[in-house]
Amino acid sequence: MSSTSFARGIFLGELREEEIFPYPQVLDSDQKETISMMMEAGHAFFQNTNDAAANDSAEKIPEEQLDEMRQLGMYGLMVPEEYGGLALTNTMYAKFGELTGEYDLGLGIHTGAHQSIGYKGILLYGNPEQKEKYLPSLASGDVFACFCLTEPSSGSDASSIKTRAVLNEAGTHYVMNGAKIWISNGGIAEIFTVFAQTPAIDAKTGETKDKITAFIVERAFGGVSHGPPEKKMGIKCSNTSEVYFENVEIPVENVLGEVGGGFKVAMNILNNGRFGMGACLTGTMRMLISKAVDHANNRKQFVSNLREYQGIQQKIARMNLLCYANESMAYMLCGNMDRGAPEYQIEAAMSKIFASQSAWDVCDETIQILGGAGFMKDVGIERWMRDLRIFRIFEGTNDILKLFIALNGVQELGNLFKKQGNLGTVMGLAQKRVLGMGSLKTKVHADLEPSVKQLQEDITKFHIATSAQVIKYKKKIIEQQVVLNRIAESSILLQSMAAVISRANLAAEKGDTSEVVLASAWCGEAHQKIAALVADMQNADLTKVDNATLNVGKLSLDNNGYLAQSPI
Amino acid sequence: MASLRVLVGCKRVIDYAVKIRVRPDALGVVTDGVKHSMNPFDENAIEEAVRMKQKKIVKEIVVASCGGTQSQETIRTALAMGADRGIHVEIPKGTDESLQPLAVAKIFAKLVEKENPDIVILGKQAIDDDSNQTTQLLAGILEWPQGTMASVVEHSEGKLKITREVDGGLEDISVGLPAVISADLRLNEPRYATLPNIMKAKKKKIEKMSPEDLGVDVTPRLKVLKVVDPPVREAGDKVPDVSTLMDKLKEKGHI
Repeated sequence: MSSTSFARGIFLGELREEEIFPYPQVLDSDQKETISMMMEAGHAFFQNTNDAAANDSAEKIPEEQLDEMRQLGMYGLMVPEEYGGLALTNTMYAKFGELTGEYDLGLGIHTGAHQSIGYKGILLYGNPEQKEKYLPSLASGDVFACFCLTEPSSGSDASSIKTRAVLNEAGTHYVMNGAKIWISNGGIAEIFTVFAQTPAIDAKTGETKDKITAFIVERAFGGVSHGPPEKKMGIKCSNTSEVYFENVEIPVENVLGEVGGGFKVAMNILNNGRFGMGACLTGTMRMLISKAVDHANNRKQFVSNLREYQGIQQKIARMNLLCYANESMAYMLCGNMDRGAPEYQIEAAMSKIFASQSAWDVCDETIQILGGAGFMKDVGIERWMRDLRIFRIFEGTNDILKLFIALNGVQELGNLFKKQGNLGTVMGLAQKRVLGMGSLKTKVHADLEPSVKQLQEDITKFHIATSAQVIKYKKKIIEQQVVLNRIAESSILLQSMAAVISRANLAAEKGDTSEVVLASAWCGEAHQKIAALVADMQNADLTKVDNATLNVGKLSLDNNGYLAQSPI
Repeated sequence: MASLRVLVGCKRVIDYAVKIRVRPDALGVVTDGVKHSMNPFDENAIEEAVRMKQKKIVKEIVVASCGGTQSQETIRTALAMGADRGIHVEIPKGTDESLQPLAVAKIFAKLVEKENPDIVILGKQAIDDDSNQTTQLLAGILEWPQGTMASVVEHSEGKLKITREVDGGLEDISVGLPAVISADLRLNEPRYATLPNIMKAKKKKIEKMSPEDLGVDVTPRLKVLKVVDPPVREAGDKVPDVSTLMDKLKEKGHI
């Protein structure tokens, strides 16, 4: 089945409309009413019961409050009703997640580590017996779950994990040994989704090779212990611990998915949960913008309130644009997931990168607008900065995800070129392909047409520039991370342009053209950035500069530090 | 043991935290696009009914609301808090904003005929019109005893002991059943609906009817002439001593 992924299409110079237009509207009126009532209940809980500042200081969520959260139903949002869950769709879950973004990211990681990745594997890959056995008490929050992949020497390089699980002689149990680090909920979980190397016999060669298998491990099996809670920069109330497995006996019935298929299980769990971040951080950015605006409207310096100064207006505008673009991408992603899009891993990676970086920038600017007050603990903004830092790191570092996006796209191109044979004609065909990009099938509001033109132009430029890089470096492009990053950043900007145009168009079709200014402004900014990135890609002189710069990096690494001597 | 049945009323009003704006035609306030929620005193009313059900004094709670189409959301909230089923007396758009306590009381009187509850609990007053009349009017129409501004309600042997919050302090009364009560803020701390209860509420029945079905004429008896903002508070004056104060007060005609 051919992909309709917009993100894939741009690498091929295509503007695929199916997943972009119209902007996904996946909630029926009943679901809208339900989520609206749930949001009200959620707001009441966060306003009246939860104290994020206290949670941060105590580095804990009070035990009594966990009980309230269980009663509220916060732990089983996407579990099917038959197992005691609320059966929310991705979009509904995302919307509800805006609450943790708005009020308490630490608490959000506690609940997210539990349901978005901790037991998600059982939802996605569990057999009926496993679901029946584990989901009810996980959905009720009576027991907590966590996702155990990372090890001291295996972070981004997940397939290099050393934890091993070996089948016993009787063939009834796997015996697991190993250690995991930085596990959210590791100190409080009863159920662990653990990834370990298992010896597997290659059917063809008869050779024994290690392959990763996913397991559902119960603390009750014995041999599972954990370290003290890590002291962290932020999300302090979320428990993070090392988890140790010493001769843990795991019944073979607890293999999750296929033996040897664990890597895919891990990647799909992470991929499936990624959409949550975009929505969650929309809540955060919206809240921060309110605080920044409130300050700008009321603080007077020199002759006016801060709001009168262009410098401040520009900052506020930028924050709005970032939030708008992020929100547009986030809900386009989960909307497409709910509509049954066959694949979305590139879009999910793009959303995660954009959300985490934008939220960081918005928080940074909020503190700047508030000045010294922004730096003070009591004002409450500094906690958000500390909480947000991890979002660019966990769930797949932004650095790795950029490479993932670029390499996926480059692979698309590589396949295309293989089919076309002679490289000389490839560029000619590339030119032909994009020049043939006529008007969209979708009728777009007149005010958005200039942005659509920019998008088409940019996809064209992007496709040609990326193709040129693929032709230039061939298989060695894998090593060209400077180039790959430029490719990734351009592609994310293109995705964001499509998302805002579609969303503003939806509003315009309903009679509200107020969002056109946001969409146009964002597209204008993205257009300029893409032009610069593409120009960099095609600049042979810059390549020389890049290499010289990289050399500085290598020398510093060899020198164990900063290269220059003091100037005095 | 549970044998009593309760009819609770609730009203969809502009949320208490919203900054009210007077309409350009000065005949009311802006409601379009403004956040609405359940009248806070009605939350107390429903909460009390749910607690009585948890104590097994009450066996069924029926919640009713008179209003436009969106009143259904308010009824759903009540169902999510623990009411068993709902009745929506739908008032057509245009007349819903002019619905007055006498009409509501008449509607509730008909609902009482239909449902036969032992207790009717309403919120003391709605925060939009602040009438504080419906309970009293209803009790009068039904010729039932009333316990208004209730801050404590205790049930014992077919009677209700009610503590009322009055200007002078607290007043204890005892009423026989059936009776009408109005809930005050300190009656209880309303629960917020849990997500599982919100889901369960979707399966609970809401019956729809019109005032005509009940034979009630909801034509307003009162006409709103004008709605204006309260006058803007003017700056005060600081005076150095009491004699200046006396002079100023005389000057302004206050003494």
